[in-house]
Parts: sequence; structure tokens; C-alpha cells
Amino acid sequence: MLARLGKVWLGLILVFLYAPILVMAAMSFNASPYYQLPFEFTVEWYEKLSENRGILRAAARSVGIAMVTTVIATVLGTAASLALFRYEFRGKAVLRVLLFPPIAIPWLITGTAMLVFFFGIGLGRGTPAVIVGHVALALPYVIVVVTARLATFDPTLEEAARVLGAGGWTVTRRVTLPWIAPGIIAGALFAFAISFDQFVVSYFLSEPGDSTLPVVIYTAIRKGFTPEINAVSTLIIVVSMAVMLVAARFSNFGGER
Amino acid sequence: MARVSVEGIVKRYGTVAALDEVSLDFEDGGLFALLGPSGSGKTTLLRAIAGFVFPDRGRIRIGDQPVERVPVEKRDIGMMFQNYALFPNMSVADNVGFGLRVRKVGAAEERRRVGEALELVQLEGFGGRKPHELSGGQRQRVALARAIVTNPRVLLLDEPLSALDKALRVDMQFELRRIQREIGITTILVTHDQEEALTLSDRIGILRDGRLVQAGPPREVYNAPADLFAATFLGEANILPGGGAGIVVPEGVAPGAVLAVRPEAIAMTRTEPEGAGLSKCVGVLERRVFAGAMATCLVRREDGGEMKVVSRDQDIPAGLTEGDRLWLSWPVDKTLAIPPEG
Repeated sequence: MLARLGKVWLGLILVFLYAPILVMAAMSFNASPYYQLPFEFTVEWYEKLSENRGILRAAARSVGIAMVTTVIATVLGTAASLALFRYEFRGKAVLRVLLFPPIAIPWLITGTAMLVFFFGIGLGRGTPAVIVGHVALALPYVIVVVTARLATFDPTLEEAARVLGAGGWTVTRRVTLPWIAPGIIAGALFAFAISFDQFVVSYFLSEPGDSTLPVVIYTAIRKGFTPEINAVSTLIIVVSMAVMLVAARFSNFGGER
Repeated sequence: MARVSVEGIVKRYGTVAALDEVSLDFEDGGLFALLGPSGSGKTTLLRAIAGFVFPDRGRIRIGDQPVERVPVEKRDIGMMFQNYALFPNMSVADNVGFGLRVRKVGAAEERRRVGEALELVQLEGFGGRKPHELSGGQRQRVALARAIVTNPRVLLLDEPLSALDKALRVDMQFELRRIQREIGITTILVTHDQEEALTLSDRIGILRDGRLVQAGPPREVYNAPADLFAATFLGEANILPGGGAGIVVPEGVAPGAVLAVRPEAIAMTRTEPEGAGLSKCVGVLERRVFAGAMATCLVRREDGGEMKVVSRDQDIPAGLTEGDRLWLSWPVDKTLAIPPEG
């Protein structure tokens, strides 16, 4: 009885989460631009989308920025995790704790603060500013995921490798990295998703007319909601969900495989 | 192969001295056991020789080379860890060959030497397995093969047998000894198991609170302990009352020395034993514990002190039961004279 109730409850949660998305995806294939029923299948909006230069350019830019962000945040985050794991240094505990608040601070506030700060230091707005902002947002996530994986690593393995004559880089490359690779991959996918899905910070930090996909979509909606937006949103959701599913697999959500 | 020496090593953690002026020589080709309770500094000493711990003061030499400033990876040593520390992502052959690959010996040479090492530890044909597919004893052998395949100058063993069950441990002790003799490598072993230290090593060193209490061949340390701690940590000792009647004091004993006798040196008889140079006293059998070939008896002396006697079952007077009066005796040369503290 209780088990059945639980299943119903879980079902309701999934409906609540996915119903709006499914409706949107369905409407991106509906012929009527005003969401009228009966449903009539068409790929017209996807064809229109493929001709929309503004959106395609923004999509390409979003992917590019997400990839650069992923590389920088993953390398820096992994290095930071290794440093936190291996070395004792002054202020280590404080540093560890300070990694978490950025995850909780609303992006609106982070974005505002970054805008003010970047103008203060002369970086201003534009793609470099967007990348720096995205890296800052993604870094704590990478560190948290990689550190969680490192917690399962036996440090005597590094000692064993050193005794056998391996220098610092060889130890890291041959012994440590292979063990934490799933964590690094999961962290990288998180970083990609955070950058690719980012609206607030991108909106603040990008220059008008040279922005990322979410910002372009937002601007388009303000002018009038077209089924094209449904189409591009559906594509983004498919990509994001694919990324997150792979990330979840590598970060062992729901226990050890 | 090389001899190792440490001289006046000091290592402090805050106000605690993990090592306090320790000096020791480890002879070329010998097997040396560092023995002591936890916190005695034995592991710190091993890790200082390995290079994981840098001493505050003192000298460490491997062969003729001073190594205090040499990092671990340049010391050319082999080491076996308590949990074996096999690389989980590599096969047995890759684990054993790791040190050779780091030294860039070439694929053919690596294969040949890995094969030889696996043969030495009797694991031919296991090269393709992963560590998690092996039993505890097999992992142990892989760890040993990996530690010696590079022909290191010294082999360091950090409680290598403590994770094995008793029967396997005894097997591995003999195995370890055989392999160590066969390749003649200078070996330093850390253990808290006194039996292991006695059976395995040519020499032992007993540490306590960061200081070396005594070093020497096991028999010598056992028969002539330097102080009360050494006497009771390595084996057991019955402390005798000073100048008790019937106890023959050996000649040339320093004033203030404590007299003691090992449990297995004592004979039990119903009547007063005769003979010159025999220490003896009367007591009452309190408990008799049968343990296979040997029996342990607890005897209460007339002056109230307790004596432990370990004896072969057939050497105990027939029909002796708890509550019986009996004589304890031992020859004077079995009496330990332990120098006074300080």
C-alpha cells in the first residue's frame, strides 16, 4: 500500500517536472503558430529555425563558449582538488568552505557583482568576460565533484608510485588521474551544462547583438513568441538532458555502480 | 645492495619527538626488524629512510650516499605497504613493471624481468589479472615482486603481513625470508609482532617513545635485555623479588639490577630439586591453561608474587592440579639481570 502510494507520488513529481517540457516539445511540431488544437504534425518551425541566422550564430557561440569554459574550469578545478587533497597549507579549511556559497548565491546577484567588478578592472563586457564569468560559476561544481571522487582514492598509491621512481607528473598521470577520471568527466559535463544553460550572467556580461543562445531566445520572446522558439528550446533540452544523464552516470548518482 | 645507516636522527611533530636521536646500522644483505608499540617511532624511522619524512636533524646514508635531501623517487629503494597499495587500474604485470617503465628499460627487458619477478614469488601466469581478482596472499606477493623487480638498494617493509590471517602469515614469513636470502637484499621490516621479528630477522631494534632501546641479534636481545621494557616487550619475563631466599644471583650483576626469568626457563617439581647453581622457590599452582603442545601455568609464590611458567605438557609432574604446592627452579645462567633504568 505504502509502496504503491510512493510510486504514485514519484509519478506525480515526474509529471510536474516533465509535462511543461513535453507540451513545449509537442507544440514545436504543431502546425498552428497559436498553439491551437487539433494537433497537426509539421517540421515547418525546424525548417524556419534552420534559416534563422541570428539564432544559429548564437547557438554556435554558446557551444564555443561552453567548450572553452569546460576546458578551463575542468583543468583549474581538477588542479585545485588535487592541491586540496595532497597538501596541508594555511587557510585550507577556510578555502574549502568558501567554495560553497557561490553555489547558493543567486545568479542575478553574482552577475551584477561580476558586471561591476569587470568594469572596475577594465575587462568590461564581451565574450572574454562571459567566459571568465562562466568559469567562475562552474569551478565550484567541478571541485565538488572531483573532490568527492578523490575521497575514495588511497594516497598510499601515490607513495607506492614515488618509491618506484615516478616523479610528480608521472604519479599524477599514471596513478591518480586514471582513478579520478570518472569524476573529472562528470565535472566537465557539469561545467558544460552550466555554461550552455546560463542566462543571467551571460545577459549581464555579453555585448548586445553578440550574445549566447539563451539571451537571444529571451530577446526574441520579448518581441513575440513564435513556434521557432519552441523548436530551439526543445533542441536545447535534448542536448542538456543528454549531457546531464552522462554526467549522472559518471558521478555515480544513486550509489556505486 | 647496500648498507644503510642512520645517525642521530631527530624528528619532532610540535612538542612530541617521534624520533629522538636514533642511530642504527643496517648491514648489507641483512634483515633488520624494527619493533615497538604503536607510537614508538618505528614507522617514522622507516618513512625517514624511504624519504616520506624529512628528519629535523641527523644523517641517513644508503650505501655511501647521504640521502637526507634526496626525494623518494631518486632513492632507488623498494617498499611494501601495509595495504599493498597495488594500482587498481593496472594488471599484475603492469603493476610489477611500473618501476621498470619509469626507468625506461624497454618493452622486451620489462617483460623478461616482470616474468622473473613473478616466478620468484610463485605467481607465474598471473600477469594478466587485475589486483581485485587476487586473494590477500597473492596481492602480497605481487607487492613484493613490484618492490624488488627494479633491483633496489634497500627493501623497506611496513607491517607487510599484518593484514593476513595467522596460517597465511606464517607461510609468508618463510617465503619472505627465502626470497630475501635468495636476492640478498638489505631489508628493513617494521612490525609490532614480536614473534614475526624473532622468526624473520638477523637483527632487531626495539624502539620506545622515539628512542632506540636496544639493537642486536634476536637471541642476544632476548637473553640479555637492556632494560625492563625490552625484557617484557620481547617475550615475557617474571620479575623476581630482590634478594629473595633461594634465588641465586649471577656473578657480576650491577647493583640495583632487576632479576627476571623467562617463563619457559622454569622447571616445575613436586619435591625440592637438587643441584648447584639452581634458583628455586615454592608456590601454589593457581591456573593451568592447556594450549596444544605447550601449557601455561600461573603459580603464586609464597611471598605473594605471581610467576608464569610455560612448559611442555609432558614435563609437568603427573597429576598436578590447581591448588597443589610445587617447586619452581631454573639454572643461574637463565636468570636475566636487567640493568637499572637510566
